[in-house]
Amino acid sequence: MGIHRGHQARPVEWLAEKFIFFVSLSAILMVLLIFLFVAREALPVFFGQTNTALVQKPIPPDEMDKHSPAELQAYLELTPDEFAKTERKTLRALMDVKLEAQDDIPEDFRNDPDARINTTEWKYLLQSHQWNGYDKPEYIWQPVGQIKKFNIIPLFVGTLKVTLIGLLFAVPLAVGAAIYVSQLARPRLRETLKPAIELLSGIPSVVVGFFALIVMATVLQSLFHYQTRLNAFVAGLALGFAVIPVIFSIAEDALTSVPRTYTQAALALGASRWQTAWQIVLPAALPGVFAATVLGFGRAIGETMIVLMVCSASVMSWSIFDSARSITTTIAAEMAEAVNGGPHYRILFLLGALLFGATFVSNMIGDFVIHRFKQKLEGKR
Amino acid sequence: MSKVQSRHFRAEKFDFWSFFFSGLTGLATLFILGILATILLNIIVNGWSAISWHFVSTIPKKDFFDANTTGVLPMIVGTSFRVIVMTIFVIPVGVITAIYLTEYAPNTSIITRIIRAAVNNLAGVPSIVFGLFGLGFFINFAGKNLDLLLHNANAVWGQPALIWASLTLAVMTLPVVIVATEESLKAIPPGLREASLALGATKLETILRIVLPQALPGIMTGGILAVSRAAGEVAPILFTGVAYYMASLPAHLSDQFMDLGYHVFVLSTQSPNIEQTRPILYATVLVLLLLTFALNFVAILIRARVRKKLRALG
Repeated sequence: MGIHRGHQARPVEWLAEKFIFFVSLSAILMVLLIFLFVAREALPVFFGQTNTALVQKPIPPDEMDKHSPAELQAYLELTPDEFAKTERKTLRALMDVKLEAQDDIPEDFRNDPDARINTTEWKYLLQSHQWNGYDKPEYIWQPVGQIKKFNIIPLFVGTLKVTLIGLLFAVPLAVGAAIYVSQLARPRLRETLKPAIELLSGIPSVVVGFFALIVMATVLQSLFHYQTRLNAFVAGLALGFAVIPVIFSIAEDALTSVPRTYTQAALALGASRWQTAWQIVLPAALPGVFAATVLGFGRAIGETMIVLMVCSASVMSWSIFDSARSITTTIAAEMAEAVNGGPHYRILFLLGALLFGATFVSNMIGDFVIHRFKQKLEGKR
Repeated sequence: MSKVQSRHFRAEKFDFWSFFFSGLTGLATLFILGILATILLNIIVNGWSAISWHFVSTIPKKDFFDANTTGVLPMIVGTSFRVIVMTIFVIPVGVITAIYLTEYAPNTSIITRIIRAAVNNLAGVPSIVFGLFGLGFFINFAGKNLDLLLHNANAVWGQPALIWASLTLAVMTLPVVIVATEESLKAIPPGLREASLALGATKLETILRIVLPQALPGIMTGGILAVSRAAGEVAPILFTGVAYYMASLPAHLSDQFMDLGYHVFVLSTQSPNIEQTRPILYATVLVLLLLTFALNFVAILIRARVRKKLRALG
């Protein structure tokens, strides 16, 4: 009865509290909506309802009733919603158009085995395939041209390549700086260093991308003498710039939250400042540093503009001096040319959903580890 | 702290490896600051000579790669416009959520933990996914349905527009506002609330008259950080409203707009002659950086002050 009494005594207070509560649910709502609407556009690919095969077995309009509505809907490449709304006469006309389109396919093309393949099947998305004209099975992402090849493995490789270079560069630097700022620097220096490094996160990623493209790429090429000027190495280093402030602030926070009594005890026993930082504070804060790395990873695989500006050719190669195309880059570069609702569009949304899933998991792990770490330090467990 | 002690020990026994590794971490710090300084100096030095009043106040012709006649007025207007509309949506929702989390929410309840997890997650969603969300939800779902209702299915809202870009950015910056506001709410001494309640004010009155005015700097920080983050973001607006070229300034919420960040992208990747466009490219980057960085700087200053207060409390 407690709530109801409050409701009678102060209706305005009660209403305000409910209102505030419901508004605060919007963060949950947004996460759900993001997942729902990104996944919604990708669902047809997920369930194999898209078909990109150029040569299909035509259905003459007169035989319309011999086929189930589901078959017709897939044949005409309509969504269930559209199919339900379309009148029978229009459907017939659409089928005529489809039939004529089949007749227009050139003869030599008709004999190409690849023209009969539905390239949006999971098999072709994930496994290598020996396309007509290639001498061995290959992983190819090539969404333009007659036969659209949607193998997403090169994009995964590209993303991982760039992300790993970025992290290998950023983690040692950021954690080193975090140790210095939180453990070794004098308090006054600390107060200036921390905001200065955090300022790096204020540089928009498009500006970092611009800097990498115009300045870094040239400088690095003259230093390392590699062939392709714009490659995964440059993109990875630039990505590192964007990730450093993320890792730094979380790691610094974790190192600072190690109780002072630990440090004081170590120093009292005769350890040097560095020995204390390395052997006492860092091991105690290790979960926090780990979480910082995981969250940095999440930030790195989601970064778009830097990789988009620095390198974008999709080649299947593990070499760091080759170009690479990440998942984010692919979405950003190709969404404009993809037909709204077409297979390409849906696969780009599928990539977005996968990306969302990956960052969701890495965020969850990072937050969970930090939460446990803080609780342990507070002695609650 | 045992400052005296530690200095004493260091004087007694010099340990080479301690010195070496300390130096290494110091170098890492210096290296990061060096990167920051290099980026900023490079842009300021090269951009300053190319920037002029004419440049920031001119609406460019279709061929905006021409260094003599081009300008960035529509981009400045577009970026400001989308950010202002975003603020109108994100500040109230963010502040109210923060108020719920600090003032009302029972700390242990499951719903509070879910809200916190959602906020954290929202902060980690890649910006390009927000772009997809804007396209899938705002344009293809909300916009198209609005058109069916209001405009007889003519495309007015069901296409990229300023309002959709702003709303997408509002969703993206929601965690920024929530976290900053929450931080400042926590920095207010509990004694102030207790005094107000003891004098007979209700909880709502306490929040409106005592807590919120005190938290104003923090709320401002949140707003500024959100604005500076959003002003530099390009990925979320790629599909939701940005235009490659527009002859006029955006006037209506359903218009598309030109954008500074996107213009930097266009100038640096699609220029027919990169050497000739280099000065205007640098100038555009400088304008963008001045816009976002100046805001960020102010926010960091206010935030440092709030944190100091927080530390003094407990």
